[in-house]
Amino acid sequence: MTRYLTALGRATLDTLSSIGRAGLFLVQSIICLPSREGFHLWLRQMHFVGVMSVAIVLVSGLFIGMVLALQGFTILVGFGADEALGQMVALSLVRELAPVVAALLFAGRAGSALTAEIGLMKATEQLTSMEMIGVDPLRRIVAPRLWAGFVSLPILTVIFGVVGIWGGYLVGVEWLGVYAGSYWSNMQDSVNFVDDVLNGMVKSLVFGLVVTWIAVFQGYDLIPTSEGISRATTRTVVYASLAVLGLDFVLTALMFGDLG
Amino acid sequence: MDDPIMVEVKDLHFSRGNTDIFRGVDLQIPLGKITAIMGPSGTGKTTLLKLIGGQLAPDRGQILIGGQDVHRLSRRSLFKLRRRMGMLFQSGALFSDLDVFENVAFPLRIHTELPNAMIRDIVLMKLQAVGLRGARHLMPSELSGGMARRVALARAVALDPDLVLYDEPFVGQDPISMGVLVQLIKKVNLALGLTAIVVSHDIKETLSIADYVYIIADGRVMAHGTPQTLDVNDDAHVKQFVHGEPDGPVPFHYPAPDFFDDILAPAGQFS
Repeated sequence: MTRYLTALGRATLDTLSSIGRAGLFLVQSIICLPSREGFHLWLRQMHFVGVMSVAIVLVSGLFIGMVLALQGFTILVGFGADEALGQMVALSLVRELAPVVAALLFAGRAGSALTAEIGLMKATEQLTSMEMIGVDPLRRIVAPRLWAGFVSLPILTVIFGVVGIWGGYLVGVEWLGVYAGSYWSNMQDSVNFVDDVLNGMVKSLVFGLVVTWIAVFQGYDLIPTSEGISRATTRTVVYASLAVLGLDFVLTALMFGDLG
Repeated sequence: MDDPIMVEVKDLHFSRGNTDIFRGVDLQIPLGKITAIMGPSGTGKTTLLKLIGGQLAPDRGQILIGGQDVHRLSRRSLFKLRRRMGMLFQSGALFSDLDVFENVAFPLRIHTELPNAMIRDIVLMKLQAVGLRGARHLMPSELSGGMARRVALARAVALDPDLVLYDEPFVGQDPISMGVLVQLIKKVNLALGLTAIVVSHDIKETLSIADYVYIIADGRVMAHGTPQTLDVNDDAHVKQFVHGEPDGPVPFHYPAPDFFDDILAPAGQFS
């Protein structure tokens, strides 16, 4: 019994200390205001975490939009409401699927790469040597990556949404024969810019911050061995995915909870 | 030692988990000299360098560099102090996304406002000093271990620091690279007049360039003096280490149960 309590206490203390370190880490990294040099580093990271994620986001967005239209059509046509397909595809994507799925893809592609990259820098003493040269790795390595993730995920989310709606159009209008005018006009009538689009963007900003924060912290805090890097990379994907799904529920409840 | 002191370590205590690494270490590193810190593997020599560089904090005691207590400095002041220090890492620790030239130029670009032409001249001078001017366009992955360490040395002295810390500079080097590094460390020290701390267990090479030596074992300073005085030291620990004797106060065998009992242990009791 005592042993169980000791283990529980130790695990609690470890978790709290880890959360504390992650919080301090975030504050110290995020207050690094971008300098001219920092802007170049940020731009390079925008390419690495943002531009290089575009392909996977395009393909996924397209297929998800197409599947949504296909599934939606088979249900809606039963009620004679197939003209509402555009509304269904757009609202599903803008409110939920674009922010969430783009964040999950981002965690898998960019998040794991960030953890592995920073972890390998730690294992090969590059972070330590940077510190000894008098350069703060939080400013030079972590801050540009954090800001790049924070900025690029909302952009990727927009791309995901747009391509998804186009995918829905391809299947719904071009393939299944829904009238194009009703596809677009129903969408236009039902999607509210503030309630739907902006709320979706707020979600993606939160997800961008959380996913990148988890990724860079896991890389910075790992045990610098090959096993440590592998575990940290896995943790990034698992923690970030769970955080996205959990936060999505919280944010949805806050944003749309009183609409009904 | 009558020379002015650059680095002073006072009553240093440090532990990891339940293991005491240092139990009251006192060192004085003279200005402008090469001081070697030696000792068997696992005695915490690299840890000592990390404590001096402010990357680790001691449990007790003080480390003063030029009179400044390293562990009482703010993060900003510590980074400022580090600009006056260079460190040569065991692995070289070159930035893998920058080529040789940019690795050496890195501290200059960060800490100075020098024009590109001047940075180029300084980098080429430093690379010339370590014999790798011709390798300036290579990436770290294209360098041998010895070359990487020479580039790292050029980077460590790029800002002409007051203090250079060498972490096991000779480990894993072939005889030629080792000879080159020994000469380079000595030459750089003489040319720039900097203070050097060399952490190593390569006795012959280190003693050939050191002005003063500390031997650390069991968390304490076991002996200190010039290479000549240590060579004739009668202490069993010092003799074993300096002359590389396989057995002595530091046993050859890791603590284990009796060999005979171990070999004849009945099946099921193997562990």
